[in-house]
Parts: sequence; C-alpha cells; structure tokens
Amino acid sequence: MSTNPLPITTPSGGDGALRPPTNYQSTSLRLNSAWRYGVNHLVTGLAILSTVLVIVPLVAILAYLLYKGASSLNLDFFTHIPAPVGETGGGMANSMVGSAIVLTLASSMGIPVGIAAGVYLAEYGRGKLLAMAVRFTADVLNGIPSIVMGIAAYSLIVMQQRHFSAFSGGVALAIMMVPTITRTTEEMLLTVPHAIREAALGLGVPKWRTVLSVSLRTASPGIITGCMLAFARVAGETAPLLFTAFGNQFWSFKLTEPIAALPLQIYVYAISPYDEWHRLAWAGALVLILMIMVSVTLVRIYAGRGTLKGAS
Amino acid sequence: MSLEREPEPSSPLTAPMTQTEATHLHAPAIANFVSSAEPVAAEGPPSPIRQYLNTCSNGGFADGSFAALMLVCALSIFAIVLFILTILIVRSKLSLAQFGFGFFMRSAWDPVSGDFGALPFIFGTLATSLLALAMAVPLALGVAIFLSELCPARLRAPISFLTELLAAIPSVVYGLWAVFVLVPIMRDQLGPLLLKYLGWTGFFGGYNFGVGMLTASIILAIMILPIISSITRDIMQAVPVSQREAVLALGATRWEMIRTGVLRNARIGIVGAVILGLGRALGETMAVTMVIGNHPVISKSLFAPGYTLASVIANEFTEATGDLYLSALIEIGLALFLVTIVVNAIARALVWAVTRGAPARVN
Repeated sequence: MSTNPLPITTPSGGDGALRPPTNYQSTSLRLNSAWRYGVNHLVTGLAILSTVLVIVPLVAILAYLLYKGASSLNLDFFTHIPAPVGETGGGMANSMVGSAIVLTLASSMGIPVGIAAGVYLAEYGRGKLLAMAVRFTADVLNGIPSIVMGIAAYSLIVMQQRHFSAFSGGVALAIMMVPTITRTTEEMLLTVPHAIREAALGLGVPKWRTVLSVSLRTASPGIITGCMLAFARVAGETAPLLFTAFGNQFWSFKLTEPIAALPLQIYVYAISPYDEWHRLAWAGALVLILMIMVSVTLVRIYAGRGTLKGAS
Repeated sequence: MSLEREPEPSSPLTAPMTQTEATHLHAPAIANFVSSAEPVAAEGPPSPIRQYLNTCSNGGFADGSFAALMLVCALSIFAIVLFILTILIVRSKLSLAQFGFGFFMRSAWDPVSGDFGALPFIFGTLATSLLALAMAVPLALGVAIFLSELCPARLRAPISFLTELLAAIPSVVYGLWAVFVLVPIMRDQLGPLLLKYLGWTGFFGGYNFGVGMLTASIILAIMILPIISSITRDIMQAVPVSQREAVLALGATRWEMIRTGVLRNARIGIVGAVILGLGRALGETMAVTMVIGNHPVISKSLFAPGYTLASVIANEFTEATGDLYLSALIEIGLALFLVTIVVNAIARALVWAVTRGAPARVN
C-alpha cells in the first residue's frame, strides 16, 4: 500500500501546472485499483471457500453418522449387554449405565472444586499475583492431553488398589472438568455488577452469603453453561478411561470394579474385525453424539436467556 | 433473594455496640471507664434484642472459613499439576535411570529385550501435528476472517454454532468415521491421485494401505480446525472497530482493511491460537491411534504407518509386562506432559497479550 502513488501523499496539490500529466497518473491509479479490488474479491472468495470446506466435513460426518447409526440402532441396543463374539444382537446397556456412573462421579468431584476455585479467582483474588498464577495454571491444565490424566489416575489409584476401578476413571475425568469450570465461573462472576454485591453487603449480609446467594445466583446461567460444556467434553473422552475404568462386558455397579463406558466400548468395537460389532459401534457413536449435542444445544438456549444479557 | 429474608444478625452498624456491651458485662473494672465515656449505654439491663445480638457471632469465622475453602480449591489446581508431574517422574524413574536423556534419541522399541527409545514416537507426533497445522491454519484463518469480517449477520450465529459443534464431537467418533470413511477414500481415491501427481516429491512412495501418517494428519486437521478458528475469531473481534474505520477511511478495500487493520494488530494472538491448536494436536490420542497404523518406524513417505507418543501409551499401557516397559511408557507420558505444558504456556501468554481487557466469552 505504501508504494501506491496516491495523490494525497504529494503535498503540491495546489499548483497543478508543475505536476506530471494527469493522464499517466490516472491510468496507473486505475490499474492499481483494479488490482486492489481484484485481490479483495479473491480473498473474499477464498474465505468463503474455506468456510465451505470446513462445514462440508462436519455435515458429512454428521450425516454419515446419522445414516449408519440410525440404521443399526434398535431396542436391544438399550436393553442388552454385549453378545459374545459370533452371535448377532446384543447392546450397550451396561456401557450407558457405566458411563452415567463414571460421569456422575466425575461431576460430583469436579464441579464443586471447579466452581469454588472460580469463586476464589473472581471474588477473593482480584488483582493478586496468586490468582494470576492459578488462572494460568488452570489454562495450562486445560491443555494437558487426556491420556496423561489417565496415567496420573492409574498411578495414583489403580497402582495402589492393584485393580482397575470405576472410581479411578471418575477421578481422571474430574481433573479434566476442573479447569474449564473454573475459568467459566470466574468469567461469569466478573460480569456481575459491583452494585449488586455492594447492596447485599450494605444490608449487613456477610460476604460468604453475598457470594453464594447474590453473585453466584446472578451468574448461575453462565456457570451452568460452563459445567455442561465441561460435562459434554469429558462425556466423550476415551483415553483417560483406557487404563482406569478399563471397560467391562458385563453389568457392574461397584465403584471398586472395572466398569464399561460408552466411548470405550465404541473404541473397542470400532477396531474389532467383526461387522456386527462395527454396527454396534456406529449405534453407540450416534447415541453418544446425540447426548453431547443435546447438552451443547441446551447450553446455547440457556445461555441466551440468562438473567444478565451481557453474561454470554 | 437473601435480601428479603430476616435481617442478618451481624450488621456492621451493631458490631461496635456489641463489643461495648460485652465489655460492660464481663469486665466491670473497665466498665466504669467505658460507661463514663459513653453514658448512653451505662444504665439498665440490656434489651432482649441486644441480648440476642450478643449471643450471635459477628460472622467472622464463617467468612474466614468460606474464604479459606475457596482458596484451598483454587490451590488444588496447582496441586493437581504438581502432583501429576511428581507421580510421572517417580513412576518413570526406572527408565530415566536406565536410558537417561538418550531415551529421546534412540529409535529402538523392543519390549522383549527391554530396549526402549522414543525417537519414532517423537517423529510421528511432530510430523502428524505439523502437517495437520499446515492443512488447518489457512482454512481456520479463512473461516475466522469470514466469520468476523465478511459474514452477513444472519449467517454468523449458525456458522459459529456449527464450528463449535465440530469441536464437541468426541475424538473416538472422529476415529470411527476416519476408519470407515476416510481410510477407504485415502486408499482408493486420494492416495493414488497424490502418487500420480506428487509422487516425484518422494513423500508419497511405498505401499498405500489407507492408514498412515497422512490419514492421521487429515483427521487431526479436522479436529483442531474449530479450536483455532474460534479463538482467532475472538481475537479478531477484540481489535477495536476504530482501527478498521481508520483504515477504511484512508480508502482501503475490505481486504486491505483486514490485512493492515485487523490481522496486523491481532497477529500475536493468532500465533497463540495456532500454538494452542498445536498443543491439542500433540496430545490427541484416540482418533490418531485408530488410523495411524501403529508401527514405530521413521519413514519419509506419508503413506507409511507411524506411531505417536499418545497412541503408544494408549495401545501398550495395559499390556506392558515388566517394570521397565511400564516405566518407559510413563516416561513417554512425562515427555508429552512437559511438551504440552510448554506449548500451552506460550500459547496462553500470547493469547492473553492480545485479548486482555476484552469481553468475557463462554466457550
């Protein structure tokens, strides 16, 4: 742009007689502007093209998943446990129950800790160096590969107990939920106006009651959003469960025993050589993704009608 | 809602009075002095309300313990990271002692004779991640530019929602799709095409099974695209509108405005977003494990099978026999942990440098 012979850059605009023929300049300008607008259209086209290129695989994946999953889903899938190799039929009922157990466990550990840490960051630690460090650590923890969480939970619990357990899977997933929830809670609490807090404090409400009943309550739509996003993220996690929950072909409700989980079962079936198991893997993937999408969509709707419009 | 309830006993106004009253009751020696200073509080027994207030604490204990509880939870995040680091070091001590730093330079992987080296896995991880970045970054930039600058307002929300859905699909489902759709396409259509037109580069030699480094890179690129594009979009939206208006007022076309007004201001943040995507790609496990072929070799051909740090752990951890084998796998986990921490720390610092002070985002 700096090389453009724009007339505005020459200060001698007033004395037209001393300037080179205007004809030359206008031709150059015309060519130049044709080039510039050409580039502009080219880039616009490329941006649109890349958006289309990104949307297409998504639609392809979803459509294929719906097609394969819907055609292999039946009632048995929800009521039966896996059939032995070579037999048709069977389902993933135990995996779904197992996933529910592990996720409940993870949420009951991860959500309180995550929200409390977020409350500290937003209500107690504003401007403190410690809060900065915690915030940064949370962001870094968010990026640690899930398989490393699996190793950590394995080393902490499985190696001590000397057997795989649902509990260790829950711990691994809980660790993964904490940073997401912490950061969302903090961001949501920061959007709560100070005047509301000051009103509560001015009426003599202690700080802890102010935080619980005023700040958290005002920010609750956003915080619930964060919790559901964290939930949706860990619901599909397979890697940390590989050597913690381990999987199970039969019913199991005990926290101290290996338990089946939907993503694990999908993985095992997907890399198996049997067509019948492939069918079940597609059905499982459809169920899993519907579950996650429903929660993500709920989040969208819920976040859109929060008590604070600026919160989302 | 708590405002409508009964008034809390410990209002700041009553607190000093309570203290005077308490002194009056329990320490008669000083009471005379106090009462002489405040004649109003001296006469008569305390009223029932005052007596009730005296029995109440001022809430300092509850406040303090609540704050302490929140602090403990915040510190637990530190504790988690430190704990993971410690336990990984402790459990990989055997392998650290046996191989030292040479572990990352050796290409042997022989569980039978107990000879381990991580070089093929490091190569596989770096090659697939960088290739995925090369494919994903231009597309992600295009999407971000489209969403933040060019898109009609009516289309913006649905397209952002779609790209976020793309981010919400679990890794194992991507893997499933890749195994049954992408691998056949690579084997039968795309692979031969690449061999025919780009075979002279030498990157597409050997036998094409469909599974391999290129397939893994493509699925990785699809998976990291939404992350990079949504963060880049946020960063571009954090650039002040006045910057855009200033450039447009100088007669720039829209692309010149985006290039000089937006991209140049946001470049640090965009680099951060790309590194964040790299961090995600380095640690991605399931989808890559399902399509990379899982064979620890270093090959020039992108059709050749490979192995990554994360997928060797996923595949062999539960089958590891012997302490040294397990320890070597945990050391690979340690390497992965340290690399992703460094990569993420750099990325976050860059993103923060740009979006600091920008409005909060939910996801």
